[in-house]
Amino acid sequence: MGFAQVYDYVAGKRDWGSYGLPHEGTSVPKLLAGDVAHRDVPTCMLDDDLGKVRARVRAAGWDTCIVVNDQRVVLGRLGRRALASDSQEAVEQAMTPGPSTVRPSIGADALLEQIRDRNLTSFLVTTPDGRLVGLALRSDLE
Amino acid sequence: MPTSVDRDELQRLVAEQNAQVVEVLPASDYEKEHITGAINIPLKELDERAPRELERERPVVVYCNDHQ
Repeated sequence: MGFAQVYDYVAGKRDWGSYGLPHEGTSVPKLLAGDVAHRDVPTCMLDDDLGKVRARVRAAGWDTCIVVNDQRVVLGRLGRRALASDSQEAVEQAMTPGPSTVRPSIGADALLEQIRDRNLTSFLVTTPDGRLVGLALRSDLE
Repeated sequence: MPTSVDRDELQRLVAEQNAQVVEVLPASDYEKEHITGAINIPLKELDERAPRELERERPVVVYCNDHQ
């Protein structure tokens, strides 16, 4: 073609969309999981002090905290029970490991269906490599 | 052979070098979903249309669905 700089984005548009990057078209839902995910959901790390985490999460008005590593890859989740108790166990023991996640490119309607099917109040949104995008709340979607 | 790039490099090429992003799938696929800002030149028409529709001095990044 005579072009000096030609590149091939081999992973293609599926990869692009699954990371929540801007895409459009007639089959793309108007509202996506990545749009509704609360990016300010509290996070902590495995070696954080659980008592301090509890205090910080409560002060921020949340009842859950996402356990991540230093790359923001989701490792687990501290739920209401773990945050309500006064147990002095480690974050790793208190958390629920490997929570279910969805990609930011899933439509909000499909996400709500999954939340209802599993009788949940929220769902984690992560990139395909497990990095936290945010937490989608059922109350926002209904 | 085009140089393979990942999503981060694609974003850098667009932001820093004003790259032209081209979906080479048929128009029906493009209409359903495409990267925002990308134009559509189906692979079969690329040789004919690229010299007319793309600027030679700017990088060109082509993509389709995935690597399959």
